[in-house]
Amino acid sequence: MKRERQLGIIYSAPMGLWLTIFFLIPISIIVIYSFLKKGLYGGVEWQFTLKAYQEMFNPAFLKVLWRTLWVSVVATAITLLLALPCGYAMARSRHQIFWLALIIVPFWTNSLIRIYAWIAILSSEGFINELLLSLGIIKESLSLIYNQQAVITVLVYINIPFAILPLFTTIDKFDFQLLEAARDLGATKRKAIFKVLLPSIRSGIITALIFTFIPIFGAYTTPLLVGGKDSYMIGNIIVDQVTKTRNWPLASAFSLIITLLSTLGVIWILVSGMQDKAKGVVK
Amino acid sequence: MLGGDGKRLKGFDVKVENVSRAFGDFKALDDVSIEIKRGEFFSLLGPSGCGKTTLLRIIAGFDNPDSGSVLLDGKNILHLPPEKRPVNTVFQSYALFPHLSTYENIAFPLRLKKIGEKELDAKVQEYLHLVQLEGHETKKPSMLSGGQRQRVAIARALINEPNVLLLDEPLSALDAKLRQNLLVELDHLHDQIGVTFIYVTHDQSEALSVSDRIAVMNHGKVLQIGEPFEIYENPATDFVARFIGETNLFPAVVRKCVPLHDYFLTTLYIEELESEILVTDYDNLPVGQHVSFTVRPEKMKITTDKPTHVSKDINLFRGIIEEPIYSGFQSKYYVLLDNGTIMKVIQQHANYMDEGPEIEWKEQVYVSWSAEDGYIVEVVDS
Ligand SMILES: Nc1ncnc2c1ncn2[C@@H]1O[C@H](COP(=O)(O)OP(=O)(O)OP(=O)(O)O)[C@@H](O)[C@H]1O
Ligand SMILES: [Mg+2]
Repeated sequence: MKRERQLGIIYSAPMGLWLTIFFLIPISIIVIYSFLKKGLYGGVEWQFTLKAYQEMFNPAFLKVLWRTLWVSVVATAITLLLALPCGYAMARSRHQIFWLALIIVPFWTNSLIRIYAWIAILSSEGFINELLLSLGIIKESLSLIYNQQAVITVLVYINIPFAILPLFTTIDKFDFQLLEAARDLGATKRKAIFKVLLPSIRSGIITALIFTFIPIFGAYTTPLLVGGKDSYMIGNIIVDQVTKTRNWPLASAFSLIITLLSTLGVIWILVSGMQDKAKGVVK
Repeated sequence: MLGGDGKRLKGFDVKVENVSRAFGDFKALDDVSIEIKRGEFFSLLGPSGCGKTTLLRIIAGFDNPDSGSVLLDGKNILHLPPEKRPVNTVFQSYALFPHLSTYENIAFPLRLKKIGEKELDAKVQEYLHLVQLEGHETKKPSMLSGGQRQRVAIARALINEPNVLLLDEPLSALDAKLRQNLLVELDHLHDQIGVTFIYVTHDQSEALSVSDRIAVMNHGKVLQIGEPFEIYENPATDFVARFIGETNLFPAVVRKCVPLHDYFLTTLYIEELESEILVTDYDNLPVGQHVSFTVRPEKMKITTDKPTHVSKDINLFRGIIEEPIYSGFQSKYYVLLDNGTIMKVIQQHANYMDEGPEIEWKEQVYVSWSAEDGYIVEVVDS
């Protein structure tokens, strides 16, 4: 009995070590730095202050925070709306391995290179403009890049695999006869999907939501490379504070806010998911 | 409470006309024609893979035939989507919605129709009562027993008041005892509500005990349609004879055919038995015709002494007991006849006094049956 308990500690030690080194220590450093005074050339001075948090209420920053939320919500929504039919088609397909490979293969290329590929596609001398010009559909190049739409497009592209994979695995386990049962009982195709398929794959939808919302919320490279001046997101501000303005406490405060907001978001998604599940028992 | 004659609902007649369905080269249904009367308890009986589910799916609207038509109450329904057909299905695996409670599963079809909460509740309560599931309203399907799940599936399929109920092996997932009980319940339910039942099963005893009529299928074809006793007593092909109950089946050749009253006393030569036997038949078969002959094990008598008064139309063979199988209310014997053929004989243990001495392994016995108890099942063209 006693021996077993000791073994338990030994077994869980690697996990504990991992969490301490890669999660607890960095988070603690961020928390502590956010309450310290900014050093002149970066770094911090060991003096307690709330200055970083006061600086955050700069309207310019709040605007960016608000924009980040907005872009994240829109991009996540588009990602899920596209990923659902993809996951469904994959689960019903006889060539699942093929489709899975198609989704995974792009990961072998660095994401930076994939973003540059999008620049080649969207820029004013890029693939789309050249094509439309040569077909005579447009007279002048369209400005497809360095704006909010470009940021959302690329964010959706980069994150969609993380939505498709969990959706695919849950839909694959779904008993499709339930859809026939729903049709049999009077549901149209649409109704059968909304009343039977979607509630049954709730866990997959929640996972997909979390897996896409969080990385999009903290996005940094995409807005930097394909966004314009109006597409700055919190991630960019943090980097600027670290590398240009050299205000480490403010960077830490922002990081903390991102972490808190995404954690709260996840908790909210999970809790509301649980409640709806419990509601299945009506009456 | 709809429908006349005290029945809750109204049954439609179903006509399946020359329906064929192939998957690639494989013919799952081959020119199937069946007429089902309104309110009938009709069974589709056949071995696994013979196309029963395929036919049900076509009637329900989940699949389309390559040719042929399906008429409900005289109207072709093949162009209608499943949700528009007055037909509901109890699926082979029930297909209950796992995220909904018993109550919500049964209420599902009504919620789609957006009827008032009060009316909905009254209706759901009525059907909960019909299938005796009161008190289980809040349970999810995973918390119900097999028999309860089946009842939810039935209530859910009936609450829309269909005119035809399709049941795809609804008892196959249950144990033998429960099956018997639920089968009887199903039969009562059918009598109460008056809906046409199309019941799919591969279990011949299920089909025989509750059906008004049965269609026996094999390899996508309908071999025989008839009332249970017709199918059992007068199988149309040797497949039917073998599939329904146990039987002894032999190829034979007609030797003689003598009219006698309103039938013919036919003499058959059976190669396997190295002997002639007598059988009555309604057809005057030509001499030399190849046929299949069958006699059910329970129609035969087994005795240790040679029967003394043997009338002319009795067939008698001698053999030894190869294997006796005792199963309570009856015993089955595999008898090795003198000519090397095995006959199955079943003796009922109805009454101790009647039985005479016990029959044992390797004992010499006499097997006999009357000409009226054998059947010519199939005329084999050659
Ligand atoms: N979608 C399909 N594609 C290819 N073959 C199919 C398809 N559906 C059914 N079949 C084939 O058609 C045949 C009949 O199938 P069906 O499901 O109707 O059998 P069944 O009589 O219901 O059998 P069971 O008693 O095992 O349920 C089977 O051999 C099956 O493999
Ligand atoms: Mg089947």
